[in-house]
Order: sequence, then C-alpha cells, then structure tokens
Amino acid sequence: MHRHIDNRRTRVTAIAGVTALAMSACSTLGDDSQSSPEEVSSTVVLLTHDSFAVSDDVLADFEERTGLTVKRRAPGDSGALVNQMVLTKDAPLGDAVYGIDNTFASRALDADILAPYESPEIGQDADRFAVDDTDRLSAIDYSDVCINADTEWFAEQDLAVPRTLTDLADPAYEDLLVVTNPATSSPGLAFLVATVDAFGDGGWSDYWGQLRDNGVKVVDGWSDAYFVDFSGSEGEGPRPLVLSYASSPPSEVRQGEASTQALLDTCFRQVEYAGVVAGGQNPEGAEQLIDFLLSQEFQEDVPGQMYVYPVSPQAQLPPQWERFAPLAEDPYEMSTQEIDANREAWIQEWTEVVVG
Amino acid sequence: MTVALRTRAASRVGPTAAVVLVGLVPLAFLAVFFGWPVAAIVARGVVADGTLDLSGFTEVLARERTWEVVGRTLAQASAGTALAVLLGMPGAYVLYRCRFPGRGAVRAFVTVPFVLPTVVVGVAFRGLLVEGGWWGFLGLDGTFTAVVAALVFFNYCVVVRTVGALWSRLDPRAEQAARALGASPLRAFWSVTLPSLAPAIASAASIVFLFCATAFGTVLVLGGPGYGTVETEIYQQTVTFLDLRTAAVLSVLQLLVVTGCLLAAAVSRRRRESALRLQSESTVDHRLRRGDLPAVAVTVAVVLGLLVAPLVSLVAGSLRTADGWGWGNYTALSTTGSHDALEATVWEAALNSVRIAVDATLIAVTIGVLICIVCSRRPRRPAARRTLSAFDALFMLPLGVSAVTVGFGFLLTLNRPPLDLRSSVVLIPIAQAVVAIPLVIRTLLPVLRAIDERQREVAGVLGAGPARVFAAVDLPVLGRSLGLAVGFAFAVSLGEFGATSFLSQPDRPTLPVVIVRLIGRPGVDNLGMALAASVVLAATTVVVIGLAERFRIQTAGADL
Amino acid sequence: MTGPQGLGVRDLSVTFGQTQAVDHVSLDVAPGEVVALLGPSGCGKSSLLRAVAGLEPTRAGAVSWDGDDLADVPVHRRGFGLMFQDGQLFAHRDAAGNVEFGLRMAGLAKPERRRRVGELLELVGLDGQGRRSVATMSGGEQQRVALARALAPRPRLLLLDEPLSSLDRALRERLTGDLHRILRRTGTTALYVTHDHDEAFAMAHRVAVMAAGRLLQVAEPRQIWQRPADESVARFLGYRWFVGVRALRAAGADVDAADDATVALRADSLRLSAGGPLKAVVLDASFSRGGTTLRVDVEGLGELEARAFGATELAPDAVVALSLEPEVALLPGAV
Repeated sequence: MHRHIDNRRTRVTAIAGVTALAMSACSTLGDDSQSSPEEVSSTVVLLTHDSFAVSDDVLADFEERTGLTVKRRAPGDSGALVNQMVLTKDAPLGDAVYGIDNTFASRALDADILAPYESPEIGQDADRFAVDDTDRLSAIDYSDVCINADTEWFAEQDLAVPRTLTDLADPAYEDLLVVTNPATSSPGLAFLVATVDAFGDGGWSDYWGQLRDNGVKVVDGWSDAYFVDFSGSEGEGPRPLVLSYASSPPSEVRQGEASTQALLDTCFRQVEYAGVVAGGQNPEGAEQLIDFLLSQEFQEDVPGQMYVYPVSPQAQLPPQWERFAPLAEDPYEMSTQEIDANREAWIQEWTEVVVG
Repeated sequence: MTVALRTRAASRVGPTAAVVLVGLVPLAFLAVFFGWPVAAIVARGVVADGTLDLSGFTEVLARERTWEVVGRTLAQASAGTALAVLLGMPGAYVLYRCRFPGRGAVRAFVTVPFVLPTVVVGVAFRGLLVEGGWWGFLGLDGTFTAVVAALVFFNYCVVVRTVGALWSRLDPRAEQAARALGASPLRAFWSVTLPSLAPAIASAASIVFLFCATAFGTVLVLGGPGYGTVETEIYQQTVTFLDLRTAAVLSVLQLLVVTGCLLAAAVSRRRRESALRLQSESTVDHRLRRGDLPAVAVTVAVVLGLLVAPLVSLVAGSLRTADGWGWGNYTALSTTGSHDALEATVWEAALNSVRIAVDATLIAVTIGVLICIVCSRRPRRPAARRTLSAFDALFMLPLGVSAVTVGFGFLLTLNRPPLDLRSSVVLIPIAQAVVAIPLVIRTLLPVLRAIDERQREVAGVLGAGPARVFAAVDLPVLGRSLGLAVGFAFAVSLGEFGATSFLSQPDRPTLPVVIVRLIGRPGVDNLGMALAASVVLAATTVVVIGLAERFRIQTAGADL
Repeated sequence: MTGPQGLGVRDLSVTFGQTQAVDHVSLDVAPGEVVALLGPSGCGKSSLLRAVAGLEPTRAGAVSWDGDDLADVPVHRRGFGLMFQDGQLFAHRDAAGNVEFGLRMAGLAKPERRRRVGELLELVGLDGQGRRSVATMSGGEQQRVALARALAPRPRLLLLDEPLSSLDRALRERLTGDLHRILRRTGTTALYVTHDHDEAFAMAHRVAVMAAGRLLQVAEPRQIWQRPADESVARFLGYRWFVGVRALRAAGADVDAADDATVALRADSLRLSAGGPLKAVVLDASFSRGGTTLRVDVEGLGELEARAFGATELAPDAVVALSLEPEVALLPGAV
C-alpha cells in the first residue's frame, strides 16, 4: 500500500520533468544571444512603421550584396515611429528610418534626430518631394488618400458617383460616407489636411459641419471603416463611400472588373521618407540601406508590398495598377511645416465640430 | 529563570525576515519593469529644463474635456464591471458548481474572448451591430451600450473563473444548513454563500474594473470618436501629439483613479476574506438539477448571445474566400499572405506566440506565487496588515496604467547596460508578465487566504520549518488552483497586443501582431486570413486552458 | 541554570491590544503528567496553550522545558505535539499520510515510519484504514487520526486544545475514555485545554482552573472537586448553592467541618432517603438521567434541589426526608 504513494510521487516528478523540458524547448530565452562587436558593424537596424513590407528575395539580394544583416523595429504607425525616435534621441534604437510621412516629417526635422545624407540614387524626380534642403529626409514613395466609392452600389441605386469634396456634402449622398478619426488614424489626418487645403482656414470647419449634418460616420481606424462599414469590400457594410487610398481598388477587382474606384478629386498626397538616424551605431550601413530603398529593385517591389507608388519614375508598376489605381492629377498638398504647426489645433477644432 | 518582565516575541511560523526577503524579489521586478519606466515617462512631462513644472496640472485639470473624459471612463468601467459580475455569477455557478458533459470545453470556451485582439473582436462585433448585421435592428452601433457589451464580452470569463475557483471548493454544508433552517434557495445564497464568495467577487470586480477603465481598442472600435476615455486620451497625447505634459497629467489622474478603486476593493476584501472551509472539488459539485434552471438559462443566454455570436461571425468570415466558402484562408496560413503581406507565416507567428507565452507564464506565475506567499500572511499588528494590503495593491497597478505609458517608459529607461533590454526578446514576455501577474495573484490569493492558519500551526508543531510548512500546507492548495492561474497568464500573454506591438521584432511577430497587420490591408484574402488566424488564436487558447485545467486535476492527488 | 523537570511556565503574560489574555500565569507540568486547563471560553486557556507551543508572542514571562528557556526555540524545534478541536487534518493526504507527517519531519527512515504509522493507527482504533481519505471520515475518526498524528513523533509534550468538544456527547464520552487510556499507556506529558470539568477530571492528574487570564486553583481533581478554592471555582464546577456549616447543622445535618466553613451544594448533594435528617416539602419533580430531580423547600435552608433514584412518583406538597452526601465540598470561610 505504500508502494502506491511512491508510484504517485514518481509520476508527479516525471510529469514535472517532462513539463520543464518541454517548457525550456518552448522558451524564447535561449535564443537571445547578445551581439558581439563584429556583429554590430555587420548589422543595420531599420526603424519603420508597422506597414513596412518587402519581398524576401529583394531584401536577401541586398544583404548578400553588402554583407549586412538587416534587423527591423516597427513600433507603430508613422506618428508613433517619429515620437518614439524623439523620445529615444539620446540612445537611438536603430541606424536608419523609413516611413516618416509628410504629416510628421517636420517634427522629425525639428527634433534633430536625423543625420544628413544625399544618396547617389536620388533622381531628379525624387527631388520634387524634398521637405527642405538639409538632405536629412529622402522621399521613397507616395500615395494618395482618397474617398473610395462602391461603383456597383451606385449602379444598382442608379445614383451618380460623387466626384468632389463638395459633392460629399450633397443631401443626395446623405448617410453614405464613412471616414476615420484624424486623431487616431493617419489617413484620417491626411483627409482633414485635404479639406483644410481645399476650403481654407475659414471654410474647412464649416465644410465638416455640412458633412456632419449630411450623416458622415466617423470610426477610429482604417480597417474598421473599410471592412465593416464599407459596402464595397468583404464586410459588405451599409456605406458605399469610404476614406481609403487611391491604391485600394485593385484589391477589389473581381473577375477582371473593378467594383470600386477612388474619387481622384478628393485626394491628399502622402509622401513617405527615409533617413539616417543621428547617433546610430552603423551610419555606413544606414547609408547603404537608404541607397537600397531608392534602388530600382526596391522601388519596383514597393507597389505590391505596401500599396504605394515608388518615387522613381523608372520603376515599373504592376499591370493592374495602370488600369485600376490611377493617381490624382492635382491632389491636395500642404507643406510639412504647416501641418506640424497646426495639427493639434485642427484636430481639436475638428473634434469639436464633428464629435461635439 | 533569568528572563524578567520584558517583551519578547516567541518565534512563529514564517519569521518576518523570511517573508520580507520573499517579498523583495517581486518588488524589485515591479520597480524595474514598471515603476521606473512609468516614473521616467511621467517625469518627462512634469520636469522642464531640470525644474519641476506642475503648471500642466492646473491647465489640464481646468479643461472641461478632461473631466468629461474621466467621467466617461468611470461610467463605462462601472457599467461594464457591474454587468460582468451580474452575468458572471450564474456562469461561475453553472460551470464550477454543477456537473454536466462538456463542462471543461465550455469553461475553456468562455476564455476565448479574453485573448482575442481587440481589433478582431471589434470587427466581429461591429459586423453584427452595423446596419444589416444580425443585430443591426438593435441600433446599437457606436453607442455606449455597444461599448459596455463588448467590455462584458471580454471580461465575462474573469468573473466566471475567479469566482468559480473559490466557489468550486466552498463547503456546501453552510448553505445546506441555512436551507434546513427554512431559508429559500435565494435567501440561503444571499445570506450564506454570497458573503463567503465576497473576496473572490471583489477580486474579480477590481480586475474587471481595471480592464474596463483602461480598455483601449474596444472603446476605439466600438465607441467611435465620441467615446474617448482617459486611456485613449493618453494614447493620443503621447503617440499623436507627443504632448507628454498632458499625457503625464492624465497618467497621474489615471493612477489616482486606479489606486482609489484598488483601495476600495482591498477594504472590502479585507473585511470578508477569512478562513473558509474548503473542500476538494469532486465532493462539492453536483449534477444539474431543476433548481439550477435560472442560472443555466442566464448562462446559456450570455454564452450564446454575447460570446458565441461574434465568434461565429468570426469563424464564418474565416471560411469565406474570394471564390465562395472554403478552407482557402486556412491553407493560406502557411504562406506569408497575398503579396507577402507578412514576414513570417501565421504558423511561425503562432509558434513564436506560444514560446513567448511560456516565458511570460513562467515569470508571471513565479513572481505571482511569491507575492501570494507574502500576502497570505496574517500578521497581528495593524501596521503590518496595512503594509501587506498596500503590497498587494501595488501589483495590481500595471492593469490600470496605459500600455503606451509603460511601452514608451521602457524605451526611456532600459537603455543602458546591464539593462539594455530594448532590443531583447526577453522584454516581451516581461512586459506581458507584468500584466498577467495581477491575474495570477487574484486567482491564487483568495484560495491561499482561505487556508486555516491552524493548519500551518499544526504542521509547525509537528516539526516542519517555514519552508516545509509552505510545502505541506500551502503548496497543495496552490497546486490545485495553479492550473487556473497558469491558464490565465498564458491567455493574457497570447492575447496581449498593446505592449507587444511596441516591442516585437517585425520578423518575429506574435499572432495578434500578425492579425492586426493582416487586417490593416485591403483585400478579401487578407481579411479572411486575419479571421482564420484569429480562429487559430482562439483554438490555441482553448487547448491551453483545457490542458491547464487537467494539470489542476492531476496535481490534486499528488503528494507534493 | 536548573529548573523544574518537564514544562515550566513562569509569570507568563499574553496580550491582544489592550486585553490581557494571559495574566502572569505560572504552571509546571512534570514528565508523564497530564494537566488540564479548565475554564470557561474566553478565559485565556487556549492563549496559554498557544504561547507554550510558541504560536503566540508573549508579553512577559518565560516558558522552559527541563529548565531550558524556550524563548529562542522556534515552534518546529520544540518537539511538542498539538491537536485542535477540529482536527485540522491535511485534506490532501490520506489518514496514514497525516500520521506520517511528523515522522517525515523528524527524518525517520521509511520502514520505521511505516511501522510507527501502523502502530499509531492501531492505538487509536483505526488499524488498516490508513489509505482512507480523511474527507470521507466521520468527526470521531478524524479526531482519532489527529491524535495519532500528534502522538506519532513521540512529542515530549502534547498540547490538546478542546480535542473532543466538536463531537457529540456519546462519542465524546467514549473518546474521553480512549484518550485517557492512550495518554496513560504511552506515558505522554500533556496539557489539556477544555471547558468541560468531567473531561478534565477524567483525563488529568492535575487540573488548573482558569478565569479571566489568571489561574484560580491548581490541584488534583479530587481536591478541586471537594475543596474548591473559592466560590467562583465552585460555581464553574457546577455547585449552585452555598450554605454555612452552622445553618446546615441547625437544620439537622451532620457535617464534619469547621464551624465557619461553607458547604457547596449541587442537586446531587442531597438525596431522598427515608431516614434522612433534613425535612423538606416537594415543590416540583422532573425525570432526568436515571433519576428524579426534585425542587424542594428545605426546612431552615430554603429552596434547593435534591435527587432521587429511579422514577419516583412524588406529588407536589409531599413532605420528604433528605440526607446529605457523606463528603461534601467545602469552601474556606463563611458565606
């Protein structure tokens, strides 16, 4: 009868042992090798926003060619990225940064977190996106934030698809539009800036008042608006007008036919920049990385990976883009300095008008 | 006899020095991985050019909006907590006090919402509430009610599990005695069972309140911009505006609210938490019977209406592909998505998540048990008792502080050797453990405190030193509830998104990070894959919790 | 330093806040002796026991064993045994596992432990039931296991805190006998806390009567019973009427005591007997426990109670004769 107790104890010990083994196999702790000094010089850390993507083989080419290993850190969206860099200025987390957009570029420049670097890869055309003449930010790609329309829905309702910002306030389009909150979403902020540019200091808040009266719905994030409220995508929600990108329609192509389209007169141009982090551990590696981001290979990879247009006019666009994702000819634009100076005030005023 | 009249404390079981030593480890952990980072980020907000500048307080506190936001936070959290407790009690009864086939599966199932990333739940929930959705006719989209319903959805299991853990081992005889004395079932419950459960209820309520008060994604997605809370406001001030001054004031405000709530909970717990007669579970539960009908009805309604519906819409979404119904989204999980949306396949992310969760669980349970050892002492001096309850409350604070505050704080502080952990993978499990520890404590402490002190005294007199008293008396009781705590910690870690998204490396993402990334891109296939990945996350949770429950039964008879 | 053999308690005080639970108590327990601490609930007897065990911090005074001060000896090194009212068995161990616990703490080898566990279970009348889960045992069985567990490591002093008070009467009486037999057979030195004087007298070599934190009287059971130190001790033992020796003699009874002493009476002190010296009128009669209890008005003494054997049929107002028990309880001094 005492044997019983011993068996049981043995079994418990065995279970504990197996569990411990299994756990140590599962643990991540063993993998955390400290980098040796040699590794540091061959490693380059790229800070990006959380939408960054690159094809494996394209990145592998770069690593093979340069002997560098690219590590990435992605703390959040463009705003979070810049703010994190400002906060960690004294002990930077990376060597190069990619993904600072024109709504936040000024903050990055003012905070002195970037080192100047003029890449030999920068073409004449890329220059048109330059924020200032200090060479601290190199434009990599751009995209248009536009209202997207569910064309099938409008066809079924026998209603003309709206074209301009003013159309959106037309009672014919009552309760049809969903946009995102500029305080929490970067397309939301971009669209707000577009309306400021369109209607000017005196007029934009009146315009938002009209949108409000016309039943605009505001949600906090892009995916929520696009997948839940928008009728033209998977969620098949109730609203046929949504704030998204000029590059969204190709994703909704079914049987070779576009079911959505971007309203090209409602667009704001968002430009994304890269730069060398001041005080980084591997400035040479960072410069090579910037060259890579501007290279033909990366530039052609950009549309398929991140739904944005490469700055290089030589880069080939995916075939579908020519047809379904045309760019706005005359998008709304604003200098990064002006955006940075007014962002908070605009968002506050917008909140008062729209949210109440 | 040379000993004259002088005060001398006789040696007791568990000398104070040992307890203090045990308490120092978790204290150091909390200080380094919570206190210091939070203090650093708050300091950034209130120290300007080396001098303390408190003008931010007067300024922010004078804004009408500040008080609106505080009021809304409290209202939301109170409503969410009250409803979760009210609906959770029958659930705890049915799932932990009654016996029926499939009980384990249901127990595991109710935990699923708790670990799902809020973005996914938000989409699933809103899909139901939006015009044209199953519940569209209720007109709840973007309302206070929707937010509260979602808060209950997330926190239901906290109440069920915390209260259930104690209830499942409560001696039924006291209630039977009351019944015999002529009390109606309701009356007996009210006057006998409820007071005994009070410590667990207070525990659960304080956790749920903290979760509700600091809910971020849920509020954003379901409430819309009109429902900003202190938490979303801090996020906005920090991440969008980099206005650390305002964020610091709000963080301090949040900390005050949370501390107040914790003090209230501690007071109500201390009054009620007493030695209870605990039984082994098998002798306590009973087959379902007619009298259980009301509780069963409520539980079925909550589980089906509030829990199953969003999850079904989630599963349905995961089975919808561009070419109609099918498994396409699941086969896609072994790829990196359309146009290589991901840097690792969903399966790799899942494995990574599990590995991180193992570490986080180990850390959380180890630290949590140490804290419980200290907090289950019952010193006689009032000062010592107060110290203990402050110690206990201290470890609840991480639940009440914004993930963004902690995340940014990490970046500011842990940047020099020997603690240059910002780029280390160790930081992720640590950050998750900080959030999981309060749950471990609230699961284990009520059970541990229910041990009759005389059990320890008997063991002591029989020759067991403090360590062996612990092994002989506390550990077996702990062992039985440990599975529950392990399951909880694991679930929290699996589902944690806020701090993880700050710290994770893009090439080694966790499952929630991958899901959020997928859902952030247009295209039917990406959404479908995100939903399929969410189903995988949910399934992993069910399996882990199920295993943890078994583990509990295994050790129940063990001679430790 | 030498002192008494066995347990020595000197001037011990225990306080809870402002309350003096144990108030300068001194008490010795010799090896092999069983001393009962008898007193009403709340009198401080459990606190005294716990202080001896080392479970309660003491305010003043000393506890020693064989003359060695125990102040710096922690609970688990005192080599004492402890048994509570409700057993406090370890629910996750079976009966044998409970009994074995102290032996494992003492580091005994397994065969020896096994032998000793068998021995103890047999001693308490549970032989062969070691594998039973304690949760399925009755209250009496649980207390037997608790006793076996406390005795197993051969404690130099066994501390029993109301060990039988949670049991029903019949079981309590049977276990009182068993416990007495077991303590004597094993020669265990014990401090036995109880509020039941029958239990105390049956169990102990000496009884210490305690009230409000102080020891009122320490003596052998017989001595306590027949010569209570004062009226409060007597009342606690169940004496309800106090009559001067002179008054008793005047009423006709023959008492062997000093003139100025007081006799303590309870119902059993007066018996219905045909030739008894005391005359009384019956006021009321009720049957109880193998006899009849009479409320009587005794001539010259007033209203008292008396006992008669069997179910005596006595109508109210009947005139009866009573005799006083041969050895009455005496208190020093007049009423």
